[in-house]
Parts: sequence; C-alpha cells; structure tokens
Amino acid sequence: MELSQNLLHIIYLLASLSFILGLKMLSHPKTARNGNLIAGAGMTLAIFATIFLYHNAEGAPVGNLPLIFLGLIAGTIIGYIMAKRVKMTSMPQMVSFFNGMGGACAALISLNEFGKYTQNNYAETLLNGHVLMILLGIMIGSVSFAGSMIAFGKLEGKIKDYVLPRQQLFNVLLLVIILGLGAYLMLQTEGKIVLLYVITLLSLLYGVLFVLPIGGADMPVVISLLNSFTGLAAAFGGFLYGNRAMLTGGILVGSAGTILTILMCQAMNRSLLNVLVGAFGGQSGQAAAQSSEMGVIKEISLNDCAILCNYAQRVIVVPGYGLAVAQAQHITHEFESVLEERGVEVKYAIHPVAGRMPGHMNVLLAEADVAYDKLLEMEEANPLFKNTDVVLVIGANDVVNPAAKDDPTSPIYGMPILDVDESKTVVVLKRGMSAGYAGIENRLFFNDNTRMLFGDAKSSLEKLVKELKNI
Amino acid sequence: MSEVFHFLGQNIEAIYILALSIFLGIEVISNVPAVLHTPLMSGANAIHGVVIIGAIIVMGEADPQNYLALALGFIAVILGTLNVVGGFVVTDRMLEMFKKKEKK
Repeated sequence: MELSQNLLHIIYLLASLSFILGLKMLSHPKTARNGNLIAGAGMTLAIFATIFLYHNAEGAPVGNLPLIFLGLIAGTIIGYIMAKRVKMTSMPQMVSFFNGMGGACAALISLNEFGKYTQNNYAETLLNGHVLMILLGIMIGSVSFAGSMIAFGKLEGKIKDYVLPRQQLFNVLLLVIILGLGAYLMLQTEGKIVLLYVITLLSLLYGVLFVLPIGGADMPVVISLLNSFTGLAAAFGGFLYGNRAMLTGGILVGSAGTILTILMCQAMNRSLLNVLVGAFGGQSGQAAAQSSEMGVIKEISLNDCAILCNYAQRVIVVPGYGLAVAQAQHITHEFESVLEERGVEVKYAIHPVAGRMPGHMNVLLAEADVAYDKLLEMEEANPLFKNTDVVLVIGANDVVNPAAKDDPTSPIYGMPILDVDESKTVVVLKRGMSAGYAGIENRLFFNDNTRMLFGDAKSSLEKLVKELKNI
Repeated sequence: MSEVFHFLGQNIEAIYILALSIFLGIEVISNVPAVLHTPLMSGANAIHGVVIIGAIIVMGEADPQNYLALALGFIAVILGTLNVVGGFVVTDRMLEMFKKKEKK
C-alpha cells in the first residue's frame, strides 16, 4: 500500500505538470493542439490512478467501482457526442455548458462531504477550515453552474436579457445573506443540513441573477469569469481531500481564467466592472428610437457589386457572426480566390470580439483554409482602410458601428471598432435591417459610401462568385 | 484567532501550492494572442474538470446503503466526466482548424 500511495503522488505530480505545460502550449498557435492533448493525457492518468491506487485515511480502496465506471462511461459517451456534433457557431455555449457541469460537480461533492463530515464529527464545532472549504465549494460551484446555464441559454437565444428594478442592490443583498447564512452555519455545533440546502438554493439563485442582466454580447467575458470560478471550486475540493492535482489544476485555471477575462475586457476597451455592472441591453430602446431620422439606405445589385470588387485594388472582408450563422466561410474563401486570381489584393479584418467569442472568426476562416497571413487584427487593418476600394462587411454589425466612436449615449461607446467608413465603398451583406447583437442601430448603413446587399450571406456570395466569373 | 493560525499551519503546504499556482497561472497566460482566447478558455475549462477526482473519491467512499450519497456521487461522476471529455474534445476541434492550415 505504501508503494501505491507514493505512485499515486507521483502521478498527481505528473498530472499537475501536464496541466501547466498544457496551458503554456495552449497560448501559442503552433503548440496549442499538442498542449491540449498533453493536458488531456495527464487528466486521464490522474483519473485512472485515483480509481486504482487511492486509499482513504483508513486504508480502504475505492469502492462502488461498477457505479463509478458506469458514470465515467456514460459521461464520456454523452460528452464526446455533444462535443463532436456541436456546430462551430455554437462552440461558445458548449464551453459554457461543460463549465456548468464542472461547477455542479464541485457543488455536489461538497454537499456529500458535508453530510459525511457532520455524521462523523457531531461532537465538534463546525468552526474550522474543513467546513469553510465545503461551504465555499458549494457556493461557488452553484453560482458557476446556474450562471453558466443562463449564459448557455442566452447564447442559444432562448433567454432574453432581464433587468429587475434595483437589481444591483438586490444582488448585493442576496450575496450578503448567503455569506451571513454560511457564517451562521459555521457557528452551530451540529450540522444543519437544511440550512446547507437553503444556502445552495440561494447560491443558485444568485448565479441566475448575476448573469441575467448582462447583455448577450458580453457573454464570452462572463463565461470566462465563471470558468475561473469553477477552477476555484475545484481547488476547494482539492483542499478537502489534500489532493494536489485538484489543487494545482483548480488554482491554475482560477488565476489564468481571471487574467484571460481581463484580457478579453481589454480587447473591448472596457473594464470588468463595467461589463458586470453596466447592464448592456437596458438602454437600447432610446437608441433605436432615433433610427428613423438617420437617412436613406442605398442598395446595390449583385452585378454592380461584382464589378466593383473586380476592378478594385484592394478588398477587405469584415466577417461577423452572420457569416458563422450562414456557414459562409467556404464560399467567402472561394470569393477571395477568384479575386486574387484577377490581381485584387484581398484581406480579412478581424475585430477582437467579432462573432460571439474572441478568435471565433479566425477558427471559422481557418476551417475554410483561408491563409493565416490574410487575417489582419484590428490594429493592422485600421490604417489600411483609407487606401481600400471595397470593404465587404459580411454579417458584422456592432464592430463597425461608428456610434462607438462618437455617440457617448450609445451602450457600445468606447469600444474600438474597425474604421470601415474610411474606405471608398462599404458593401454590407445582411439579411435585413435588424439591429446587431447589442440591439442598437448602426449609422454606418446610412452613410453615403455604404451600399446594402440584402439576403443570406452564403447565397449572396455564391451569386457574387458566379457574377465575377462572368466578367 | 488561534484556530486560524492552527488551520494555516496545518495546511501550509497547500497554501504554498496555492500561492505559487496563482502566479504560475498569470505568467503562463500573459502573452496569448487574441486568436487563441477562445481555445485557451476552452482548454482551461477542460482542466478544471480535474474536480472529477473528487467525485470519484466521494463515490468510492460512499456507504453502499446510503442511496442519497450514492445518487449524488453518481451524478457528480457523470457531470465531471462531461466536463473533462467534452472540454478536451471541443478544444481539440477548435484547434484542429489551426493545424490543418500549417501542413500546407
């Protein structure tokens, strides 16, 4: 047994190292995929080592093996199928869903542990670190689970933004009550399991209310934040069992996730507090009301658009979520190749938060084999627009909305945008005149040098390519 | 107050790990390009699935007669596995697309 315990410790060490190495490799494009595989291998090793080598304080090995394997197999099959079937456009909500599962898992562990602890230690007071870890695990795990499910629902379009009156005050109050009940519980001499259930329910409620008022466009940031919450909850579990793999893995994700969240906010030029407190969807009503005075929109025919592109020196494509929805990445690449054959320089300008997540567009275009060096980040693209003949905005809206620059009342004011209006002509491919994800009107569409090409992005581009080939 | 010190003293090793891991997490992530934000978040998401180990331990120690504990543990194992497997597979699918292009 001595040997197996040491072996287990060594394997946990290897697993911890694989998580660190994996995260490190995940932050460079070339090594990212292997990094993911390494972390996955470390995880698999740690799981099986726990099953076969773990002994508790009394020296008993892991029991209930059939049920454990049943759970593992069921989880593996369901998780694998879900992850393989999900469309590229729905990746963000998938991540949110899996994150919620982790949070729920952490909360369930703590719930179970509390029952066991109070059975075995009824004579002692509950004022100790062990109970504190259990409580924190339950609170954070529940918030993470409920919040992730709301974020999932929002990205699926099933849940709208709600802001209750005095919501911020209510949220703070709720948080105080939860913490107060936790403190009260710890001062008791016997485990009040009912009180623990109340804390769990209130934490779930807090998770819902925490995410509900935050606008859909900010969901990536929220998911990233909840991701680091779940990491913390896992780390508290590690504390409970003195398990170093859980401890390092959890804390690593907790701190890396927090930094990632801040990086995402920086990409939108907003602070984390602004994202969390400034309810995004709330003000959209006023902005929309002004739209009728914005001017007239001008449509362009397919033929004119094809000719415009054909004789341009440089064309820049600005992809957005609409491109992902229409699955237009392959036809966009074909459009690009046809133009390149005719000596037109084609680039893609990627806004850091285009789509529903940072990097969403890069992944999508990479799927269609668009060359890596054709993708420009916002800082590279913006100086080029002045000397660009045609900008093709495909299913993007908020990231090219000039209101972000000059309208302080706009909810997206202050977010850096792609300055497409500086180019000679902007062609916007769009289904209809509906507002973007932030729910606000876009003055760009009414500009003198803007032309609208209405229709599904994919079929519009298919027709454009056909027209191009006829020229 | 003495309880607090007692707790810290008892867990000093874990607290070391905690403090060092926080800095490590920050260091490891700091220079990530925006392109990789989503895959990185997804990868980190998979890594906190390590909570599955806790679920296995809970399940392994549960009294076979205690059906509530068994049910909770069983659900925890399934959810934890979902987090791990789903997390890594989704991340791999995202990154697959970067890979394809490099071979050319």
